[in-house]
Amino acid sequence: MTSSPHTITRRVLGIASVVTAMFGRELQAQSMPSSSRNGPAKSDVRLTVNGQTHDLALDPRTSLLDALRDHLGLAGTKKGCDHGQCGACTVLVNGVRLNACLSLAVAREGDSIVTIEGLAADGKLHPLQEAFVKHDGFQCGYCTPGQICSAVGMLDEIQRGVPSAVGDLAAAPQASSVEIRERMSGNICRCSAYPNIVAAIMETQGKTEGRAG
Amino acid sequence: MAQVIGQAIDRIDGRAKVTGAAAYAADNRAERMAFGSIVTATIACGHVTSIDANAARRMPGVLLVMTHGNAPKQAPFQAKADDRHARPKPQLASDKVEYFGQPVALVVAETAETARAAASAIVVTYEKAEGAFVLESASGAAYNPGKGPTGAPSDSKLGDFDKAFADASVKIDAIYKTPYQAHAMMEPHASLASWQDGKLTVTSSLQLVESAHKSIADTLKLEPDKVEVISEYVGGGFGGKLPVFGDAILAALAARELNRPVRVALTRQQMFHVTTHRPASIQRVRLGAERDGTLSAIAHQSLAQSARADEFAEPIVFSTRSLYAAPNRMTSQRIAALDLPVADSMRAPGEAIGLLAVEQAMDELAVRLDMDPLELRLRNEPKEDPEKKVPFSTRALVPCLQEGARRFGWDKRQARPGQVRDGNWLLGMGVAAAIRGNFLREAEARVTMESERHAVVEMDMTDIGTGSYTVFAQIAAELLDLPVENIKVKLGHSSYPDTPGSGGSFGASSCGAALHDACTKLKAKLAKGEGAQGLSVTGSVKPGDDYKRYSQYAYGAHFAEVGIEQTTGEVRLRRMLGVFAAGRILNPKTAHSQLIGGMIWGLGSALHEDAVLDPRLGAFVTQDLVHYHVPVHADVPQVEAVLLDEFDAHANVLGSKGVGELGICGAGAAVANAVYNACGARVRDYPITLDKVLPALTRRQG
Ligand code: FES
Ligand code: FES
Repeated sequence: MTSSPHTITRRVLGIASVVTAMFGRELQAQSMPSSSRNGPAKSDVRLTVNGQTHDLALDPRTSLLDALRDHLGLAGTKKGCDHGQCGACTVLVNGVRLNACLSLAVAREGDSIVTIEGLAADGKLHPLQEAFVKHDGFQCGYCTPGQICSAVGMLDEIQRGVPSAVGDLAAAPQASSVEIRERMSGNICRCSAYPNIVAAIMETQGKTEGRAG
Repeated sequence: MAQVIGQAIDRIDGRAKVTGAAAYAADNRAERMAFGSIVTATIACGHVTSIDANAARRMPGVLLVMTHGNAPKQAPFQAKADDRHARPKPQLASDKVEYFGQPVALVVAETAETARAAASAIVVTYEKAEGAFVLESASGAAYNPGKGPTGAPSDSKLGDFDKAFADASVKIDAIYKTPYQAHAMMEPHASLASWQDGKLTVTSSLQLVESAHKSIADTLKLEPDKVEVISEYVGGGFGGKLPVFGDAILAALAARELNRPVRVALTRQQMFHVTTHRPASIQRVRLGAERDGTLSAIAHQSLAQSARADEFAEPIVFSTRSLYAAPNRMTSQRIAALDLPVADSMRAPGEAIGLLAVEQAMDELAVRLDMDPLELRLRNEPKEDPEKKVPFSTRALVPCLQEGARRFGWDKRQARPGQVRDGNWLLGMGVAAAIRGNFLREAEARVTMESERHAVVEMDMTDIGTGSYTVFAQIAAELLDLPVENIKVKLGHSSYPDTPGSGGSFGASSCGAALHDACTKLKAKLAKGEGAQGLSVTGSVKPGDDYKRYSQYAYGAHFAEVGIEQTTGEVRLRRMLGVFAAGRILNPKTAHSQLIGGMIWGLGSALHEDAVLDPRLGAFVTQDLVHYHVPVHADVPQVEAVLLDEFDAHANVLGSKGVGELGICGAGAAVANAVYNACGARVRDYPITLDKVLPALTRRQG
């Protein structure tokens, strides 16, 4: 029997298929303008990251995540799946959390991007960074930059009254442990530091949680 | 001497991790680095008949397409070796396909984007052969592997099980099934390889640097001193980074061909087939007891998948030999070779799934006896190891159960299912025991005084999130009487002294004991008046025969409370407590994190994790994090771990035992037992999804 390449991933719906369309067979180099021996024509993009402006010439298929990691040397933002499924790549774009793997770098021109490298100011850790260390809110540390950036954006969402699936829609959301867990569920931690991550976030809100036994 | 060992200090690598400064394998870049993208097989068994790479080669920026047709010759694969993770791992060695997802080509390009596009433009055609993929249908082909990974024999027998079981007043005879599971660590496997003056450097994501060093050197037929392997930060391992995979070997081969550094990273999707997994299992447990709950007969038999390409004997039944007293017993370990990706160790191989069966069977027996399941366990506490007939080095199962019951409020549990409700939710509690073998391995450590008051520790050990950096700093600080800040810990370079690496929960104890030896010797030299500056001493540890003279395990008890939505069958954990005794705890903060992490893995194994096999393709259909479900924040309410004081003088000089795997052992069974207690659903086919709970709910309402 002869079979041609296929993928059996069941990512048929949602954002993941958009990425497949962006990076997969639909966008092979044949369809790209090829003007150089080293690859398709580059696109100029100006990225503002952690307050600094960078002018880059990128392969237009470059994700924001790869631009940060491989072109700007900001490897603190991690790649866990490249498909918007794990949250390891979470950064803040204009203050709102975003999976950097799901955004093309060229689409972020003019935006203000903050990464984990931009949270500590003058060598002083952000309160969430301090709380993560104190509560051991990680083990391997790979999901950690994403967890912390996500937590910064998440607390701001609560502050702004953005509703979630768990709270009372009529009331202003509170940074309760239930709300935090719901809103942080896009950030997977396989080491499963979840209770410590929630404790760290709660502490920065001046709250603590009860014990299991 | 200030006490530093055992203090709950913050991780010394914590700042690097929360600021993004810690560099994991794929975070490293090199001048002129090229990017590799792997093409994987889309059949499970057969041959590659042709590879059309013309379109890929024509793409601007493509530097190399490597297939079995042009891959450099490498050492052959060895089926058997003392260290299975140090064997050669030849890539693209022939046209033969042995499992779905096996690498069949590598594309290297100037950019990651081009490499990926070119890889997807490669057309591979195959001649497909018939394969066997389904464990249930393979029981006829099951065989006795002879021994498990630690060398213990596959079968054991004591007394006359058959007769005792036939005569028992109360019996349980049940079959349990556990599915394929994926390590799914957050950092995908990745390697950066570069060559300089004939010497290869591979920066990769590894648990065992020494084994990887040998594996890579042997595969490429290089002298050991021509290879340096580096793994300073590892984004989770859980057993999935014990072996070396195609990323490392292919990066090394391509970097040599191109004479420039090459990075190869697996995609998340590729990890589910290219790397290893926990095999699915079918287990039969039989328990026979007197009316008062005294066990007279225990049998535990297991069948697990093994890859035809590379045998692995999941050691499911081994801890059952030491868990409870009973004069008549038998265990047996069988495996079946299937044409699937390679099975290997995943967090607590053996116990993690063995206890899902045995500890649920104990709960079933308690129900049949109309006895508190905690009481049943207390009643069958052995005085010595029931099969080895040697004393326990320590055994704290009973104190763990009792302390846990007190803290959890076990006395509030209702014996009969369906008695407690909270609105539309039925609530229940479950208990299970934890047991995990303790091991000591040969290790070396070097400690060097950089100045009067500063020391450097060096080992090829890794820190995969376990806290190695921190506990070694504590050990050196205490023994050398220096502040922790004055200890620099350097890990993860193959040029540092050899250690067994991170695996089997033996890392901290083995390396810690070697470091203890180095520091003790260094102190003696200092005491004799040798100058501190530059003084360097290597220490070591070798396992003695205490592991034969004593039965060595760490123990614990899990308590779980779940809620079950009575219309939908949705199961949610409400709270969970584990009480553990694992020798001396080197750092309660990092140990606690490992234990709750393990408990949450237990929760995942009970309710979520299932790598679903397509029996037609021999492939896992759940090949990303949307379909392979691991617990997320919303699944994890309060989970607490409590550590009892213990010192195991027979374990090693530090008195410590491993904690990285103990937390998962039995945790899932406590959840399963709580599900039964909540609603009466006895689900023996993990994971416990709502479709399996619903029939019991319908019965209740009908
Ligand atoms: S890497 Fe972007 S969500 Fe996983
Ligand atoms: S700390 Fe390892 S994945 Fe979160």
